[in-house]
Amino acid sequence: MGNDSMRELWRYRELLYFFAWREIKLRYRQAAFGVAWALIQPLFGMILFTLVFGRLAHMPSDGVPYPIFCYSALVLWTYFSGVLAIASTSLTTNSSLIEKVYFPRMFLPVGTAVAGLLDFLVGTLLLVGLMYYYHVRASWALLLSPLFVLMLIILTTGVSMMLAALNVRYRDIKFAVPFLIQVWLFATPVIYPVTMVPSRFRPILALNPCWGIVDGFRACLFPGLPFHFKLIATSMGVVIALFLAGSYYFHWAEKSFADVI
Amino acid sequence: MSAVITVEKLSKQYRIGHAKQDTTLRESLSNLLTMGFLCNKSQQETIWALRDVSFSMERGETVGIIGRNGAGKSTLLKILSKITYPTSGAIRVNGKVAALLEVGTGFHQELTGRENIYMNGSILGMRKKEVDRKLEAIIEFSGVEKFLDTPIKRYSSGMRLRLGFAVAAHLDPDIMIVDEVLAVGDASFQKKCLNAMENLRAAARTVLFVSHNLAAVENLCRRCIWIDGGQVRMDGESRSVIEAYMGSMTGSKNLSAGLDDVQNRRGNGKVRYRAVEFLSPGGTSQRVVRSGDGVTIRFHYSVSEPIAFPSFGFRMYTDMGTLVTDTSTWHHGIAIPLLEPGEGHLDLEIDCLNLLPAKYTLSLWLTDMVGGVVYDNVEHGVTVDVETADIYQSGRDIDNRCGIVFFPQKWNLSGIAEGGTASKHAQRPQATLAT
Repeated sequence: MGNDSMRELWRYRELLYFFAWREIKLRYRQAAFGVAWALIQPLFGMILFTLVFGRLAHMPSDGVPYPIFCYSALVLWTYFSGVLAIASTSLTTNSSLIEKVYFPRMFLPVGTAVAGLLDFLVGTLLLVGLMYYYHVRASWALLLSPLFVLMLIILTTGVSMMLAALNVRYRDIKFAVPFLIQVWLFATPVIYPVTMVPSRFRPILALNPCWGIVDGFRACLFPGLPFHFKLIATSMGVVIALFLAGSYYFHWAEKSFADVI
Repeated sequence: MSAVITVEKLSKQYRIGHAKQDTTLRESLSNLLTMGFLCNKSQQETIWALRDVSFSMERGETVGIIGRNGAGKSTLLKILSKITYPTSGAIRVNGKVAALLEVGTGFHQELTGRENIYMNGSILGMRKKEVDRKLEAIIEFSGVEKFLDTPIKRYSSGMRLRLGFAVAAHLDPDIMIVDEVLAVGDASFQKKCLNAMENLRAAARTVLFVSHNLAAVENLCRRCIWIDGGQVRMDGESRSVIEAYMGSMTGSKNLSAGLDDVQNRRGNGKVRYRAVEFLSPGGTSQRVVRSGDGVTIRFHYSVSEPIAFPSFGFRMYTDMGTLVTDTSTWHHGIAIPLLEPGEGHLDLEIDCLNLLPAKYTLSLWLTDMVGGVVYDNVEHGVTVDVETADIYQSGRDIDNRCGIVFFPQKWNLSGIAEGGTASKHAQRPQATLAT
């Protein structure tokens, strides 16, 4: 991307805010529980997984109480999957806009990623509450946790841009995304710990960038859990690669959006 | 003067059959396979929506774009407003562009009127501060104050339109691109639109305006570009471009009717009409006749033996058969002592053809002065289409719904009492218009 497009993004920056604002406004409009849904979703996931995997299957959780072990990953996962599901169709549902007016198209999927941060914030507050409830004594490592949140946001934005742009040309994406999210959940250590996977498979699994993010985030929260540096570094590389690929593909494809959509 | 828009050899190619809604990965993959095996690239049909279009616009110029449906007008606007990209060619734009291809772009059903003002304004390139500053004026202009905090799904389509236009009217771009916005809405809405455009022009903004309302184009734009088949067919002074365009619509090269082949005619044939031509006042042949034009109707005749005191005349009818006028040299008290054998012509000069746009037919008469002898009579032998024009300088499309004729006229408002209902309208700055 050239300097020109960067300047353009800057000039229109308020529109990004308005897209995010519109999405937040619309999401909870006429919903009786309102923003409470941002809590209910990961909370129910946690309860369900705790009952099924924690109690019934006796899934190990690296010595951390299973509910909070599970929830710490779910709060990240809910953001990632929630944004992906909406962002992948963000261009096609706004096709009338794309056909009628110019604005940086990137702001539609990115706006979704920004809007998701509110729910994420609410989910994080619950996480703090749970940590207090389970007497998790935070260490200095907690200060590193924003790094993994940042990785998550970059990853989510990159993948969202790619899926959104692909969906303009290939409507298959719309059908594939729910499936992709489901598979991706089980490929990510949300309900099970990294240590359950034999170490020789780990380098391959680290190619799933969620792997390093979840593992690193947990290591920040729960003292005693080690940072798997190699694994985190691999994931970080993949995050950056996916982000670059996503934004370059988007930039390339956006020239034909109005003609194809 | 500096060019604010420069368009050079702009072309846009569309692939048809490929850009359909239902493209799927499977299709794409199978296409890839068959293409690979058969090298059958000819299956992809392409069309040129625009081909080598070049022009430039000066600062403060208002240019109209006209052309048939599918001529490429919308494609041109979409490229200029960066919605889509050209296949080849270059555009240079110098200034902030606002493109209004639709009123209320980005309106969301669930958002309130106020929220939609911000959303729409932002999409059209306004800063939030700017909207804050103009909010009062926008609300006032829209006339939906009472429903500002109601979701617009409860609005009527007219209210939505007014709200959308209120935002658009408060944009402050260097270059404004407007497409067919005037085609929607009732008369008072159209008037508001035209006034807003007039204000832009008065503020020396550059305006590019596409419309089917030729009267509006003529009223607002001194210059006009006619796009035909993706190419610039004509670029110049509005009046002549619109006339040429109208001429192409009616299909005839010249407005003349040859009458030699007419079988169904009465009279002894000693003198006969050979043709009727419609000429501009200067005597050059004209491609269209428009309301309010000066027109010269030239009657060509041939005489086979000397005739004393003939009378030339015609009756004009609407296509519904209503007699519009019956006139002749006899009515004017003109005596033509003698017609020698041979060819000749007679001109009827009309300073202002005060007919409203419609199709009219002429029945021609050639008689002696008392009307006892008919030399020639062709019933409905000549047809003329009178085309629309901006007769009241209002930009309004005045057509045959307004009757058959119009009179040179003006309204005088000096008798309207102060504080009456009419002055309320006059207070609105946009409602003043020179008529």
